[in-house]
Amino acid sequence: MKAIYIEKVVEDAAVELLRRATTELPPDVLAALKKAYEEETSELGRNQLGAILENIRLAEKTKRPLCQDTGVMIFYVTIGNEFGDFAFLPKALTEATRRATRDVPLRPNAVHPLTRHNPGNNTGTGVPIINYDITTGDYIELTALPKGAGAENMSALAILTPSDGVKGIKKFVIDTVIAAGGKPCPPTVIGVGIGGKADLAMRLSKKALLRPLDKRHPEKEIAQLEEELLEMVNSTGVGPMGLGGKYTALGLNIEYAYSHTAGLPVGINFQCWADRRARARIRRDGRVEYV
Amino acid sequence: MTNTATLKLKTPISEKEVRRIRIGDILYVSGTAITARDEAHIRALEYLEHGKKLPLEFKGLVLYHCGPLVRKEGGGWRVVAAGPTTSMRMESLEAEFIENFRPSVIVGKGGMGGKTAEAAKKFGAVYCDFTGGAAVLAAEAIEEVQGVEWLDLGMPEALWVLKIREFGPLVVTIDSSGKNLRDDLTREIEAKRAKIIGS
Repeated sequence: MKAIYIEKVVEDAAVELLRRATTELPPDVLAALKKAYEEETSELGRNQLGAILENIRLAEKTKRPLCQDTGVMIFYVTIGNEFGDFAFLPKALTEATRRATRDVPLRPNAVHPLTRHNPGNNTGTGVPIINYDITTGDYIELTALPKGAGAENMSALAILTPSDGVKGIKKFVIDTVIAAGGKPCPPTVIGVGIGGKADLAMRLSKKALLRPLDKRHPEKEIAQLEEELLEMVNSTGVGPMGLGGKYTALGLNIEYAYSHTAGLPVGINFQCWADRRARARIRRDGRVEYV
Repeated sequence: MTNTATLKLKTPISEKEVRRIRIGDILYVSGTAITARDEAHIRALEYLEHGKKLPLEFKGLVLYHCGPLVRKEGGGWRVVAAGPTTSMRMESLEAEFIENFRPSVIVGKGGMGGKTAEAAKKFGAVYCDFTGGAAVLAAEAIEEVQGVEWLDLGMPEALWVLKIREFGPLVVTIDSSGKNLRDDLTREIEAKRAKIIGS
């Protein structure tokens, strides 16, 4: 009986996370947008930020998704070693995606990549996208990260050489931001994945988006690079919605991994101003805590 | 970008009216908007190639790059959220679309390129940015869903006919003289890039 119970708890929590993520913004993102509105100097830029804040207010009031592109559903699950059986997770998260699509509602975005057939419920081969990680403890931590296309379509990967170094990383980030212009719905949040292999650099760039905007990387060197890159990005003048201004990004987070001595892969993943994410901790006994 | 104005317009919008609009102007449009994005553009141009008539007329109306989130309610549809989508994906198709179907005001996000600007100049149209992601703000200006065509393309890609009231603020970024507000901006950004990367 107990196994069935926890499946249901996780499924219900996942539906609630998708609802929260698509209709409300985390406090750190809201604070960053308000600050940007106060400090933006370009008139058109301020006009855009004003419309964004008004939209957030209306979405909260009417309990509707902030943006019609509610994205493709991505989950990050960190599983504690004392949590017990977790083989039900793919099924529970897929069912939660179907339910949330119908009930929140979410726009059905997931289609077959070649036939473009849309099953209408945001599920299909490989989606929702689920990432697994392990930790110690008697709980799982579940994060929902619905990801829209405007920002995701601007993703980029560069296989730099060791001699390109930090300078090469900076150039790649700035060129990617400029080429993206207004398309990823700036002010964006930028995730940068450095090192690993090509696939890991991309995965790290997305994982970097999970960290709140007001938290720097724990390692000083990386934290400094985050600050430096953000300042550079906000000197480009791309501005809100690419209409000019000083707020091109609300934040920039880096995650890294060791790379081969002969390579330096760098991945970039954007999140739009609607930086939607929600997280819960679920214990084996069924307690759910939204964090 | 001098003497910009806030204009309230009603569809159908005549070519004469469109040609008065300048980049930097802010529009609020009432009347009819029809959504069309990638798949609907592709199909519309296929219809044209085969001499088939579209199920709807775009002439003088708002062409909205948008894949709305709609919900079935009673016998009809209700728009839940309907912000703009990235217009550049339609850049390779839009000039031909404008030439043949003659929408007056194209609304999307992120701007469009030279081919679209050229068509806007030749046939009398403007392109406007609506704030990306501001989907509830947009939905509030949509009074009702008047119809839908090509629903087989899926909810986001179908042609949705929307009755709009003071839909905006729409920032005009391409006008019918072919001017593109982002061209100047691109030059400024390029100059800044040299400084940033060089440092």
